[in-house]
Amino acid sequence: MMMLDDFMMRAALAGLGVALAAAPLGCFVVWRRMAYFGDATAHASILGVAMALGFGVSVFVGALVVALIMAATVSSLSGRGYAMDTLLGVLAHSALAFGLVAVSFLQGVRIDLMGYLFGDILAVGKSDLAVIWGGAVLVVALLIWRWQALLTATLNPDLAKASGIDPRAEQLGLTLALALVVAVAIKVVGVLLIAAMLIVPAAAARPLAGTPERMALIAAALASVAALGGLPVSFVFDTPTGPTIVCIAALIFTLTTGAAALGRATARG
Amino acid sequence: MSLISTQAVGVQLGGTRILSHVDFAIDRGEIVTIVGPNGSGKSTLLRVIIGAIKPTEGQVISAPGLRVGYVPQKLHIDPTLPMTVGRFLSLPRRHRRATIRKALEQAGLPDLASRQMTNLSGGQFQRVLLARALMNSPDLLILDEATQGLDQPGAAAFYQRIAEVRASLGCAVLMVSHDLHVVMAASDRVICLNGHVCCEGQPEHVAQAEEYRALFGTGTQGALALYRHTHDHAHDDASGCTHDHDHDRTKDHEAAQ
Repeated sequence: MMMLDDFMMRAALAGLGVALAAAPLGCFVVWRRMAYFGDATAHASILGVAMALGFGVSVFVGALVVALIMAATVSSLSGRGYAMDTLLGVLAHSALAFGLVAVSFLQGVRIDLMGYLFGDILAVGKSDLAVIWGGAVLVVALLIWRWQALLTATLNPDLAKASGIDPRAEQLGLTLALALVVAVAIKVVGVLLIAAMLIVPAAAARPLAGTPERMALIAAALASVAALGGLPVSFVFDTPTGPTIVCIAALIFTLTTGAAALGRATARG
Repeated sequence: MSLISTQAVGVQLGGTRILSHVDFAIDRGEIVTIVGPNGSGKSTLLRVIIGAIKPTEGQVISAPGLRVGYVPQKLHIDPTLPMTVGRFLSLPRRHRRATIRKALEQAGLPDLASRQMTNLSGGQFQRVLLARALMNSPDLLILDEATQGLDQPGAAAFYQRIAEVRASLGCAVLMVSHDLHVVMAASDRVICLNGHVCCEGQPEHVAQAEEYRALFGTGTQGALALYRHTHDHAHDDASGCTHDHDHDRTKDHEAAQ
């Protein structure tokens, strides 16, 4: 595996892995209006990073565990009559704040904090790559396996129930997948921008798609373009890579939505 | 055995009692309508029957392998979710393009398969919802105020279609409805619900019942004048159907008219 010795190659593969898993999952996040949910889970994971560093376990495991706890908490609170946007806002930001405070207690981590907040894709090692692609394959496999049921449950829970599908089980699957994507994406885009990798490509794909499948595929393609394009751009302009990737995704979103709006205007006029 | 039955079902949601002691059963090929004022627990009972709500008391027993087709009261499709009619009909099970075209044709719709669901008219949308529920030839079709938002000819056409479906598929139909006189014409049995089963039986029986009149007032007498019961389906016992209600109502009919 000579090619994996090149850090740019590793970075490209890492970005691609996250893009391919995050974008189709992000479609469900968008369809189910869970954008803030993704944010809360991602922000909570910094607390997991701090705990992992404190206890000397793998950052991936720490982030995964805390992201899972957060996702499960939010998931079980939803649909119980709480004002969800307020609750998620409280949870997301307090988890982030507690995480940042926890990190400050650790010796010698201060320098690394930026890496966890904004990602450090150029420092991805071979084992990171294995974790990222392992997680990505799991998430994509889950989505393909449960696709029809997930889609029915997303459309209407009662409709799913009448066909013998348990919408809560499907919701749980999505929650697990979300926690997994958050945990594997920390190294690539950092906790602050993970939600962007979920939502921006999906939103950019929406005007171009007529069916849910096409939207997921187009989102994955656009996310890949952003990830692979962000690397050379950040290299040339010497900018942080994670934010650069998100910037490119945002530009693509502006293009597709703008083009769609223009198309509608010309159709009308 | 009944397709599905509830035994002494009670439901309490968030401290509010919605249903108490509901015994209900529906047989193969029967059209049963649930009527009742707002907040009487009609939709809740349907949701208990499809399994979306777990009853607080009692139990729901369904025939093994029962296939249910469900048409919800309304279906909101999020604008971020692209969904063509053809794709919608392939949920939760995928179907061939030819099957979908045939389903649309039977629903009395042109080939809309590639049209977005959000671009349909209200009547077309309801017909597509019904077509989807019929995709895997259900034993039991459940409709929750499916004609809400349709004008009167639209609703009448919709009920006409339900009668055709029952005749061709032989499935049982359970519906909640507000269109009292249409319901009366289209149902084999009517259940009047108000937290509990007030009264039930053949439409003309229920319409005469004091409990029903107490709920809906005497104003319904005008509606009942429109009542026409069409016997376009045979009830010979050779078909193997078992009915727990008798079918000598042609006689009552004549007497009533």
